[in-house]
Amino acid sequence: MPSGTGACDLSKIAAVSGKSLVPEAQLASKVDGSRLTVALGGAWTAETAGAMEPRVASLIAEGGSPQSVLLDFTAVQRLDTLGGTLVRGIEMAFGARGIPVQREGLSQAAAAIYAEIADGLAEPAPTPAKPKPVIVQGLDKVGEQMVEAGRDLVALVSFFGEVVAAVGSIFTGVGRFRLAAVVNQLDRVAFRAVPIMALITFLIGGIIAQQGIFFFRDFGADTYVVDLVSILTLREIGVLIVSIMVAGRTGSAFTAEIGSMKMREEIDALRVMGLNPVEVLVLPRLMALVIGLPILTFIGNISAITGGAVVAQFYGQIPIDIFFTRMQEEVSQRHVWVGLIKAPFMALIIGLVACIEGMRVKGSAESLGQQTTASVVKAIFLVIVLDGLFAIFFASLGY
Amino acid sequence: MADYASGDIIISVRDVAIGFGERLIIDGLDLDVHAGEVLGVVGGSGTGKSVLTRCIIGLVPKRRGKITVFDQDLDTLSRAEHKAIERRWGVLFQHGALFSSLTVKQNIQVPLREYLKLSEPLMDEIARLKIAMVGLRPDAADKFPSELSGGMIKRAALARALALDPEIVFLDEPTSGLDPIGAEEFDTLIRTLRDTLGLTVYMVTHDLDSLARICDRIAALADGKVIATGTMEDMLRHPHPWLRKYFGGERARAARVKA
Repeated sequence: MPSGTGACDLSKIAAVSGKSLVPEAQLASKVDGSRLTVALGGAWTAETAGAMEPRVASLIAEGGSPQSVLLDFTAVQRLDTLGGTLVRGIEMAFGARGIPVQREGLSQAAAAIYAEIADGLAEPAPTPAKPKPVIVQGLDKVGEQMVEAGRDLVALVSFFGEVVAAVGSIFTGVGRFRLAAVVNQLDRVAFRAVPIMALITFLIGGIIAQQGIFFFRDFGADTYVVDLVSILTLREIGVLIVSIMVAGRTGSAFTAEIGSMKMREEIDALRVMGLNPVEVLVLPRLMALVIGLPILTFIGNISAITGGAVVAQFYGQIPIDIFFTRMQEEVSQRHVWVGLIKAPFMALIIGLVACIEGMRVKGSAESLGQQTTASVVKAIFLVIVLDGLFAIFFASLGY
Repeated sequence: MADYASGDIIISVRDVAIGFGERLIIDGLDLDVHAGEVLGVVGGSGTGKSVLTRCIIGLVPKRRGKITVFDQDLDTLSRAEHKAIERRWGVLFQHGALFSSLTVKQNIQVPLREYLKLSEPLMDEIARLKIAMVGLRPDAADKFPSELSGGMIKRAALARALALDPEIVFLDEPTSGLDPIGAEEFDTLIRTLRDTLGLTVYMVTHDLDSLARICDRIAALADGKVIATGTMEDMLRHPHPWLRKYFGGERARAARVKA
């Protein structure tokens, strides 16, 4: 066994002073003649580096320009790489002014460490690239974002193409339809989401009813709240709220799942086994969403109207039977279809965005977080844009 | 910081039991680690090598027994004292466990920032030194872990473990996943660092080459206990059937020829 050299090799001192020794470092300088002698002492270690750094800095600043510098290590009891780096700073600072620096009194262990430091830091530090002006940085960023947005669009379209191709491969018998996976996803996407969706839409319906009654009352038009709640819910709010909730709840989960599979090379493993990740992972999820979202929307619609009816009963004194009778008279079936027809498209957008972002995850945990956030934000944004396009479409049809 | 002469007992494990659920994985284990040595801990899969390591560094609770590090019983320490001990050891996890959202330089500076008050230039300097010490190129400093090869990740993780100049380093299978050349270089690196920095190295390993090449002492785990400690020669002479199989196999013979 080699003798324990290095930082610990001061057993004698430690034996005398014991373990309670609070490490302390000394730094003294004196000028004799034209030579500056720097006497170092105590423990130059990680513990003392923080305290010694300002003193070393002031020594360098006030050292003037002697003919030569002598670093006296005689009283140094311990030296580690942190303290050593600090001491080397003195040497480098005077060296840079063209003043020769000598060392003396290094113990064998300390010399080994010092040599290691000098060796490790021998190469000059790479000079960091000069930062660009703020305006250029800003323009850079804008440009990057624009290019990125363009790439997003291309990625969305090309990914959609892959999905269509995967669907095609199922019909031509090349691929396989994975019913079990679809059912499993449907359970997670739709069935388990029913309670929270019902609750949220119930509350939204109630809030719309309350606001409607509050303002319609002034005109004595209380009963119009039925039209307000039903039509608004069926055409817009139901599908929108449910889609946003699904984007947050399920879209993020898809991104995180596929992303972590990507991180651990599971996607690559699928590929090399001859399986198409789009067919195995993406398609079941997309199908589950496309089936599940209309169902959730329908449930959400019922729940929101119920919420509206309950609030109308207790807040607006409109009996529930009157509420539903008026709803049947006033609200035609087309409003239901206008809302429901949007749901599969919303599902497609949410699913595609979630899966693309998942596939984009790189090695780090941070990237997983970034892509998950991006997935939810982009999905919600696109859901709202799509809803607006549908509104224009139905308005111009007069439907 | 207390100083330990070479050969002093720096970690002592006495009658320790660790288990999960009903099953005790380690039961009545004794082990000493001497200052300045490279101790190799071997054992079959599932014998609790990693669990024992994780128990010593405080990640897994033990059922009974006593562990002292630097002559201090880890159970009786206050939080502050425990923290003070923790900065005196460094841990290299099997897969590096570098923080993936930080660059190599930032990874190395995490403990520096946490424990010390140093200026940015000095911390950069220290990170640069550690990177050079573990044999990475200077341009690795600003790379993220995902941009590094397996061997570079191990080196960067070692640099982080050495950030505060610890007295003990725990290495969990440091050479696993490295090619033989990389593994040999890593062994040499550990030995060099031990010699220059006066480290005590506690190394869990399966690598017979490493055991033969750099370990001063080997501790073999089986049946929840340390069944033997000693040099490579002691292991080879030991009658325990598992040891005979482990050190008597083809791979072991090949390693001996090389060593």
